[in-house]
Amino acid sequence: MKSKILGHNTNWQKFVRSHTLYAWLLIAPAALFLILIVGWPLVETVRLSFTDAGLGGEKYIGWQNFEKLFNSRKYPGIVGRTFYWMFLSVSLKMILGIIGALLLNAKLKGRSAFRVMVMPPWIVPMAIGCIGWLWLYNGHFGIISGVLMHLGLLDGPFSFLAYKTSAFYSTVVTDVWIGTPMVTIFFLAAMQGVPQDLYEAAYVDGASRWYRFRRITIPQIMPVIVTMALLSSIWTFNSFEIIWILTEGGPRGATTTMIIDTYKMAIANYKFGYGATRALMVVILLTVFSLIYLLLLNKVNEKFKIK
Amino acid sequence: MGRFNIFQKILLYIAIAVFMTFILLPFFEMFMASLRPLEHLFRSPYQFWSDDMSLQAYSDIWVTVPMLGRYIFNSVFLATVTTMLCMSFVIPSAYSYARFSFKGKRISLGLFLGVNMFAGAVLLIPLYKLLRTFGFLNTYAAMFVPGAAFLVPTGIWLLKAYLEKIPIELEESAYIDGASRMYILRRVVLPLAVPGLIVVAVATFIGAYAQQFLFAITFNQKREFMPLPAGIFEFIGYQTVKWNQMMAASLVGIIPVLVIFLFLQKYLVEGLTKGALKQ
Repeated sequence: MKSKILGHNTNWQKFVRSHTLYAWLLIAPAALFLILIVGWPLVETVRLSFTDAGLGGEKYIGWQNFEKLFNSRKYPGIVGRTFYWMFLSVSLKMILGIIGALLLNAKLKGRSAFRVMVMPPWIVPMAIGCIGWLWLYNGHFGIISGVLMHLGLLDGPFSFLAYKTSAFYSTVVTDVWIGTPMVTIFFLAAMQGVPQDLYEAAYVDGASRWYRFRRITIPQIMPVIVTMALLSSIWTFNSFEIIWILTEGGPRGATTTMIIDTYKMAIANYKFGYGATRALMVVILLTVFSLIYLLLLNKVNEKFKIK
Repeated sequence: MGRFNIFQKILLYIAIAVFMTFILLPFFEMFMASLRPLEHLFRSPYQFWSDDMSLQAYSDIWVTVPMLGRYIFNSVFLATVTTMLCMSFVIPSAYSYARFSFKGKRISLGLFLGVNMFAGAVLLIPLYKLLRTFGFLNTYAAMFVPGAAFLVPTGIWLLKAYLEKIPIELEESAYIDGASRMYILRRVVLPLAVPGLIVVAVATFIGAYAQQFLFAITFNQKREFMPLPAGIFEFIGYQTVKWNQMMAASLVGIIPVLVIFLFLQKYLVEGLTKGALKQ
């Protein structure tokens, strides 16, 4: 930030522009804290992944953990499931987020109340929200099964979390439920930031609502959609609590994502070394995914000359 | 411009109703379940309305799980300490990023934001060792130290955007008048940044309140330090699950954060989105 009012360099401006040491002193506490709590554990995870660490000591075993992991029959399935889970959940969050934002942006009575009402899934502790869903998914007493039975769509009680396919999609729905409010609010803010005269000009030219949405709203909020999609992907990929509380990765592994799998291996089975290898795979795959995402984004931006 | 006619309005309200049903259904059902006696809950098929509803569960919860009050207190306490710890790291660094240009600015900011890539769940094993070394296991610190760390990057990002909007001229004139650097930060910048600080603190508090489960079940075994998201599972007994009471306790447990949110929601929604959209 440069002062344009004064028009000449005061001491303060020189100071602000040059004082690396002071700037770093201000950052140092946060940097050291994160190096200790996130940086060191990351390095340690890499080191552990080359050991057979468990409850009884550890020794260096080279690439054995990685060989074991790559030869594991189940692992590719877990990786595939994680990406499918993420893709499905993030897509739904984006679609629902856009629809939600459009609805909350419409000039209707009660609009500000609706904007508050949409927040609770995000505000409330995840564990509590999941307990609510645990109850909804209950076969005998839950409302979903109950309503479907009343409508005659189900013959008898159906426990959504007891069968492989339904359990998988149930965890997706709950994850979407928790993630949608935040996405909605960000899209809403983006829509409010679109210059009003664009719409007015289009309206004067006789453009329909749908045309205005497609040709003005969507392109204008695209940067926010793209950012949210990446952030949301990272959070969803790393999501632990929802699946753990709803199914603990079951039934028979149907909802075991890479995070759940890592947790089970490392914490529940005390295989710290092998668990660290799996944790490292989460980090690597997520980094690769993000890089590819950003790379593709750049390509698309260049092609359409969006800046 | 393009007003809605009555038909379109009705359609929009229906759509909003469907959307809100999805968002609020779990809370509604939790409330309904909390009103029913336990025997009634296990009546199949599902009944929407019945005549034996009462608030009994709301007084029973304190007997079934005597520590419940403590768990809720722990949750609020942990979230508060986490927020304070987090803010003490966030404020100086956000100011630094907002004001100064220095070597390594871009890359260090990138590294900070890169922390968002890692979930606590990935780093549990080394974190466990680390907390054991410091003697933090089975204490409050086992939960608020890692909890704060993962909230710092977002805090810096949000507050930086806010601080950038405060005109630099004010600091300049204070500097010319001979104020020290720390004085400028404490007495000139921070008072002006109060609305931004509120937004970041509330967002951090909500995050800290919402994400207590993982660190609580992994790093703490002591019941007296347990936050609600871990303690709530005591309603699941060996024989039966006291669903009605679990729902009642859940709803009671979210009151603190709901109150804070309702008071500050205007700042929060505005501040979060404005801060985030700048970049």
